[in-house]
Amino acid sequence: MSRGIVLYLHVHQPLRIRKYSVFDTAVDHHYFGEPDSSSDRNNEKVFRKVLAKSYEPMNRLLEELLTRHPEFKVSLSITGTFIEQAEAWAPEILDSFKRLVATGKVEIMAETYYHSLAFFYSRKEFERQVAQHQRKIKELFGVETRVFRNTELSYNDSMAAWAEQYGFKGILAEGWDPILGWRSPNHVYRPTGTENISLLLKNYRLSDDVAFRFSNRAWEQWPLTAERYNNWTNAAIQDSQVVNLFMDYETFGEHQWRDTGIFDFFESFVAMWLQNPENTFYTLSEAIATHKPVGEISMPNTVTWADTERDLTAWLGNDMQQEALRYLYALENDILRTNDAALIHDWRLLQTSDHVYYMCTKWFTDGDVHAYFSPYDSPYDAFLYFMNVLRDVRYRLMAYHQGGIYG
Amino acid sequence: MKILMLGWELPPHNSGGLGVACYHMSKALAIEGASIDFVLPYQAEHPNVGFMTVHAATKLQPLDRYGSLGAYDSQYKSAFENNSNDISIRGIQKRYISFVEKLAKQRTPDAIHAHDWLTVEAGMRAKELTGAPLIVHVHATEFDRSGELYGNPVVHEIEQQGLMMADRIIAVSAITKNIIISRYGIPAGKIEVLHNALDVESLAGYNYDLHTYKYLESLKREGYTVVTTLTRFTIQKGLTHFVRAAAKASRKYHKLVFLLAGDGEQRNELIRLGAELGIADKLFFTGFVRGRQWRDTYGVADIFVMSSVSEPFGLTALEAAHHDTALIITRQSGVGEVLHNIFKYDFWDEDALADQMIGIATSPALAGALQQNVKHEYAKISWNDVARECMRLYRNVKTGALV
Repeated sequence: MSRGIVLYLHVHQPLRIRKYSVFDTAVDHHYFGEPDSSSDRNNEKVFRKVLAKSYEPMNRLLEELLTRHPEFKVSLSITGTFIEQAEAWAPEILDSFKRLVATGKVEIMAETYYHSLAFFYSRKEFERQVAQHQRKIKELFGVETRVFRNTELSYNDSMAAWAEQYGFKGILAEGWDPILGWRSPNHVYRPTGTENISLLLKNYRLSDDVAFRFSNRAWEQWPLTAERYNNWTNAAIQDSQVVNLFMDYETFGEHQWRDTGIFDFFESFVAMWLQNPENTFYTLSEAIATHKPVGEISMPNTVTWADTERDLTAWLGNDMQQEALRYLYALENDILRTNDAALIHDWRLLQTSDHVYYMCTKWFTDGDVHAYFSPYDSPYDAFLYFMNVLRDVRYRLMAYHQGGIYG
Repeated sequence: MKILMLGWELPPHNSGGLGVACYHMSKALAIEGASIDFVLPYQAEHPNVGFMTVHAATKLQPLDRYGSLGAYDSQYKSAFENNSNDISIRGIQKRYISFVEKLAKQRTPDAIHAHDWLTVEAGMRAKELTGAPLIVHVHATEFDRSGELYGNPVVHEIEQQGLMMADRIIAVSAITKNIIISRYGIPAGKIEVLHNALDVESLAGYNYDLHTYKYLESLKREGYTVVTTLTRFTIQKGLTHFVRAAAKASRKYHKLVFLLAGDGEQRNELIRLGAELGIADKLFFTGFVRGRQWRDTYGVADIFVMSSVSEPFGLTALEAAHHDTALIITRQSGVGEVLHNIFKYDFWDEDALADQMIGIATSPALAGALQQNVKHEYAKISWNDVARECMRLYRNVKTGALV
């Protein structure tokens, strides 16, 4: 048995900014508690909805599969902003994640606690958030993280070098054709310039068949059956070692609703895959420990798992997004110097990449409105609320520094 | 003296200055002894209108509830498209006209006073039915509303007809009078300039408590100067020039912040422009403001800018003057004809605006002089004077233009 699927699911919920006007700035310091309970900015409402549709049923299914199939494995990344919301509103779902981890067949991986883009703005802040996440995972699940992924699967060579130096054994990236050329994503690679870290590349075709296309009736392969998907996956792994299926956890039940048959599909597929005695599942660490890198991959420019461009333009593509983050990160030293835990936490919650994602205007030009979900009326509203909050953060800072609000 | 007053909006259901001007003018006219039938295209409660009889031409709700049907929406295609309920400007105008036909027959007026293109057709019809003289009051032409563009040809045509059929025309400024002469070919002798006034009483007895814009107040304590504009965000208002001037000024002098109060179809463009110019955190967008938030946009301001490309009058400038602000106004704004202790610039001259903003912000003496001296000026203009002029006009007008 020397080949297997690496299934990795990303668990995340941001803390969305409420409708926060000029008139709230310097008056009300609560940024994330949208009072309108029918709004998609209301974090508790969204969390409970996704809990019922996805986290609860999918964790049940994973638990069953782990019992039924000794070879079934899965890896998870769980953001700090998710954990905090679960602690507040549904601690039982954390217990269920703990049971999964306790089987020894579910690996938790490292990332930034706040699901941020700090790597691209402040290496020090970035490291603090990675460390904060590691501590939280250790405290909650009693495990150490060994493999790293960055927000939105963003990756470049310098990030790999950082991860190696930090002590991670593996790192994830998109298996993007223009980078890979003739090479296949279905092997373990070594990032250029490193010696002790392995690179696992997402097989985006097979991943996106499930994550994006599964319920798309316009897709010529619809409806996708477990048999057909099993055939494709077996074909893909021929002469290879791994097939890396990376996707949002919320694919199951939230992006693809239960009535699309996603849960049954997944359950059947796992069983079929394991019927072939050559096939297994790996956790991320197992895949890295089992298979030596077959070659080097270099990505000098940042690659992500988003959009057809596979870059950061959905987050940093327009002036509003760049301004917002520039102002936010400019506060770093002043914020940290206060030692005000609540203020620092709020500042970090504003770093969650979803905030700038909601400011994305790409869909204005390509007309693909539905490709971008946002709880705001427009990217401009998202920007205004963010800026008003940012000014309030500055206002709170004034209590500590006499340098002026812009000083 | 029975006046058939044809309006499109009254406070608090107004989308801008038209409703405010109509209200105060009617009130002052009533004091002068006019008996006013005021026709509106919608049905709603209006407080303090006991001095006249308000008629609702339709059972519609205030028009802002339906989207772009307001006094300033003549350039929107949607305003002209008939839908199943006939909720379009043209549809409502038709119903408005038939209502006025009935009303005019019941109660023959001594004069018909129609405001802007919205009601001028009804005015012509009432004149035809009753023989009473028609006074067309021009608060804005389509050339003003469309900014640097041409505007809606249908509206131009209605304006042209109305101005020709009018027995007298009231223009709210010399700027507007010149547009009526040069663009519509109307003889100057038929046009009277009557500037709008400020009803100081309605603004009295109110003090800004320094709380509505708490963050801006904290910036002011740090030495920042707040530059405010309060307007609809449409092309007419020249706000892209304002934002560009804000960026230019900020590069020279950083202790400036800009409060953009109001809303409109240009909002997103302005937000994007601010980010593009790198001054997003110096721009404050309030959205549409009423009541205390509206009043306090003046209260928090040190400098008030009216950046209009074409502004027949510009009542907000008088309101701002009342609230101790230094004024900077485009030469293309009619209110500049009655104020002298202000800075003026041409709407396209971003350098001049930037220069003036910095000048005021860095000189307490200059700011203080402007703020104090302009108060003497606006206080001299009153709605009572406007009403007396109107009464004189009603008495002397003869039905000259034949229908």
